[in-house]
Amino acid sequence: MLVGAVFFPLLGAAISGLFGRWIGDRVAQWSTVICMVLAAVCGIGAFAQVALGGQPTTVPIVTWMEVGGLEASWALRYDTLSAVMVMMVTFISTLIHLYSVGYMSHDATPYRFFAYLSLFTFMMLMLVTADNLAQLFFGWEGVGLASYLLIGYWYEKESANVAAMKAFIVNRVGDLFFMLGVALTFFVFGSIEFSIIFAAVPDRAQDIFLGVNALELIAVLLFLGACGKSAQIGLHTWLPDAMEGPTPVSALIHAATMVTAGVFLVCRMSPVFEFAPTALALVTVVGATTAFFAATVGCVQNDIKRVIAYSTCSQLGYMFFAAGVGAYQVAMFHLFTHAFFKALLFLGAGSVIHAMSDEQDIRKMGGIWTKIPITYVVMWIGSLALAGIPFFAGYYSKDAILEAAFAAHSPVGMYAFILGLAAAFLTAFYSWRLLILTFHGAPRADAHTMEHVHESPWVMLFPLLVLAAGAIGVGYLFYPLFIGAHEQAFWQGSVFTGPDNHILHDMHEVPGWVPIAPAAIGLAGIALAYVMYMIAPELPGRLASRFRGLYLFLLNKWYFDELYDALFVRPARRLAEVFWKVGDARIIDGMPNGAADLAVQASRGAVRMQTGRVANYAFAMIIGLVIFVSLFLIGFVR
Amino acid sequence: MAWTLALPELVLALCGLAILLIGVLPKRDTFFPMAMAVTGSLLLAAVLVLGQQEGVALNGLYVADSFSSFMKVLALIGAALGLLLALDYNTRERLNRFEYPVLVLFATLGMMVMISANDLMSVYLGLELLSLPLYVMAAFDRDAGRSAEAGLKYFVLGALASGLLLYGASLVYGFAGTTNFDRLAAAFAAQEGVSPGVVVGLVFVMAGLAFKISAVPFHMWTPDVYEGAPTPVTAFFAAAPKVAALALLARVLLGPFADLAAQWQQVVVLISIASMLLGAFAAIGQRNLKRLMAYSSIGHVGYALMGLAVVSDVGLRGLIVYIAIYVFMNIGAFAVLVAMRRSGRAVEQVEDLAGLGRTDPAMALWMAVFMFSMAGIPPLAGFFGKLYVFLAAVQGGYWTLAVIGVLTSVVAAYYYLRIVKVMYFDQPPEAALERAPPSLSVVMATTGLFNLAFCLFPAPMLAAAGIAAAALLG
Repeated sequence: MLVGAVFFPLLGAAISGLFGRWIGDRVAQWSTVICMVLAAVCGIGAFAQVALGGQPTTVPIVTWMEVGGLEASWALRYDTLSAVMVMMVTFISTLIHLYSVGYMSHDATPYRFFAYLSLFTFMMLMLVTADNLAQLFFGWEGVGLASYLLIGYWYEKESANVAAMKAFIVNRVGDLFFMLGVALTFFVFGSIEFSIIFAAVPDRAQDIFLGVNALELIAVLLFLGACGKSAQIGLHTWLPDAMEGPTPVSALIHAATMVTAGVFLVCRMSPVFEFAPTALALVTVVGATTAFFAATVGCVQNDIKRVIAYSTCSQLGYMFFAAGVGAYQVAMFHLFTHAFFKALLFLGAGSVIHAMSDEQDIRKMGGIWTKIPITYVVMWIGSLALAGIPFFAGYYSKDAILEAAFAAHSPVGMYAFILGLAAAFLTAFYSWRLLILTFHGAPRADAHTMEHVHESPWVMLFPLLVLAAGAIGVGYLFYPLFIGAHEQAFWQGSVFTGPDNHILHDMHEVPGWVPIAPAAIGLAGIALAYVMYMIAPELPGRLASRFRGLYLFLLNKWYFDELYDALFVRPARRLAEVFWKVGDARIIDGMPNGAADLAVQASRGAVRMQTGRVANYAFAMIIGLVIFVSLFLIGFVR
Repeated sequence: MAWTLALPELVLALCGLAILLIGVLPKRDTFFPMAMAVTGSLLLAAVLVLGQQEGVALNGLYVADSFSSFMKVLALIGAALGLLLALDYNTRERLNRFEYPVLVLFATLGMMVMISANDLMSVYLGLELLSLPLYVMAAFDRDAGRSAEAGLKYFVLGALASGLLLYGASLVYGFAGTTNFDRLAAAFAAQEGVSPGVVVGLVFVMAGLAFKISAVPFHMWTPDVYEGAPTPVTAFFAAAPKVAALALLARVLLGPFADLAAQWQQVVVLISIASMLLGAFAAIGQRNLKRLMAYSSIGHVGYALMGLAVVSDVGLRGLIVYIAIYVFMNIGAFAVLVAMRRSGRAVEQVEDLAGLGRTDPAMALWMAVFMFSMAGIPPLAGFFGKLYVFLAAVQGGYWTLAVIGVLTSVVAAYYYLRIVKVMYFDQPPEAALERAPPSLSVVMATTGLFNLAFCLFPAPMLAAAGIAAAALLG
């Protein structure tokens, strides 16, 4: 069962990817779906056995490599942390496979899509069940690859290719740091196996590497790697562009699972981070800044998927600063609930896009809520959960994060708390801006599109309803396990908290206004959105022209892309141009071309000797003889 | 009686006389039966060579050892295959006179005498016995101007070379007092220094032999004669006589003149380098396949001489292996050249191969195999030939030779691969080449398979070459 959860998706991917052309689209699709269902059953079983039953275990598969002191094996490390992830990933992935059957029904090569999707799921499971850093890195790169393939799935589209490359390259920047982190880990601990590293952390706490505390350095490097995958500020630029991929991809990879790999990594490496307070402070600041930054940008975007993408970015920021203040369990809890409502929002958006004949601009929607009532309702549920309205999933986790930040009683904690609150307000605002612009008001699409607005088929609605139920219920259901009374029995030490870390206890003792604040502020955000877009629809335009600078600043995403373009992309291109024109074309090509020219001329010279006259030939023979004889005699004399 | 040692040569000579006699009797065309008879004689001689005892015979003129056996068998196979190439061609070109196989037979007899020569006199005897039939064969298509021209050029320059050799031999005799190899070796071993006269004589002898293997600068005849002579004759020129002349050169230099190695070595190094360079560069611009093959064979001789230049048993083994593989590559490639016919006419330009990959995949495949093999691309036989001489050069510390060898084989790869490119990527002309006749297909397939399979079973050849080398170096 433990193995099945991981390897069924691989089986599905193999069937669909290798044989999809022959067995036909339907068979390929449904075989991956069935494999995923089996994996999900196994995943839930694994969760029950490992997390609820309290039997963490490691399933060895095979030794991968043994090079000198470096030993890495394929093994599935099942503790509560990975069991939670396995259950969540297989469950959500199954729903998204199912949804895709409907969504991709008009596509030309669905078997390819499903193969990629299943491959991604396998890689993600590899990542979360890794028993050592090498295997984790394998999964880490594997999801990057699958993400690249899926973003660029519609490879005829120029923008999709560009986005796929951007995602891959930006991720590589993070991966570089991650690899350095792994290398340093091996250097310091002499092993990359988690169990050995974690056991040795306390002894190594004072190690110095290049004048810096080694553990701090490892933690910072790993965190920078996590930043790439989890789209934290600085390395976030690929995530909005990744929305070029099909919507189920956005839901699975760029919302629910892959992007949370960074958060998972920080939690997984919590024993190291606990001994690296400076790195943790960095995590907090970066997380909080991202949460706020992405929320501000989300407020002015017009593409329905981009709004949700920035919202994802922002929520990931929450998770990071929760981990940063030491509340790893809270971060994991938010990761867990977020997976449900964010997948729901994306799939809902997909349903809207499907209904609107592939229109993604919310300025061209509106007035369709009566036509697609189920989608409308689930979008509401997703937004309520996202905004942290009481008793929806997001309420429990986001509340807990803000409480934890407050309870940290440190400057960075307070910074995170304030930005987190501000972001919560903005989150509510842009969520309702999205809802209102999409579903309410006068229809702004053309009549032809409006005629075709239709509810999605059941194969798409079913996953939506399941996720909606999750978005309502998982917060309440799992709160006691993740961060409530049973927290210690549940985690069983799979997430390490230092002896001085009482954040989970402290967060329940914050002043009475703190738990209420997020919800209240969320409601305020909703109210503002309602005022601006329902009651006074002309207000946003006036504000935009009044604060034009600010508006453009937000609309252009704080000019990150332009900055990177000027800082890295263009200089790199210029350098490449120099290398190409001078280094390659002139010098490197020049040498063989010159040699070839030389050879041709030598050939002409040699052929010119061949006059065809016997006398010349005889002369050549005699001259040769004379030369040899003289050589001989000179050598002889010597 | 010691003369029984020379049984293969005697039998071959008698067969030749008998065939000559029988050939004139019938009024009708006897080309084919005579060719078959000659082939049979050659194979019979090869069998006799294999069963030959070792020793010196005929008053020290003749020697039989493992080296001579190996080289003789190789020369006989080369000659027989070369004769097979002529069967179809000569009939179509109306060259089907029964003298042709007889000439091949006597030329081959000359080769055997050369290989077994143990005296400068028998060297000259064998060389002339080889050369005279070759002159006639070059001009065999006597109605064609360029064939006659080729024969005449070859004759004039060959006569010059023979003269040089004879003059050298007389110098050696004058200063050393003997022409017998064993006694020469003993004389040079006994005395401290050698007189300059012997040395000059040796250079003249080397020049005469270098002419036969068309090593630079005694190569000038090669492109003209190769181009002018009928294609099967060219094929014959390029294979068997080279074996004999190389064997003789090796025997002369490593036998009686072994003690003068310090002196002749630099000449061989120079000849080798010059041949490799010329073979690589001069062929680049060639459009005529036969001319191209002429330069290619000059280059190959350069590589083979590299094995001689390093003066070691490894080097000699490299030379033996190289020349053996060369024979099979070359005969195969010439089988394709001989088979090239369009609308009943023989063609010989590189462009004529255009599109062969589509019109005649089998022939194109074999040609590609030979070209890759000649270029020295693993895992084909040609690669191993080069490998062993380069290894010997590197082991002997002759880095210059090895580096030049590698560089020139890169340059040479260009024109070999160009042929492959023309066959597979160029547009075929309207009229495709005709199908190869069965005799040629068989030769192509046999030699092609040899080139392909050598990498799997190199051991017998290497072992035999090792024994042969050991026999010569004593």
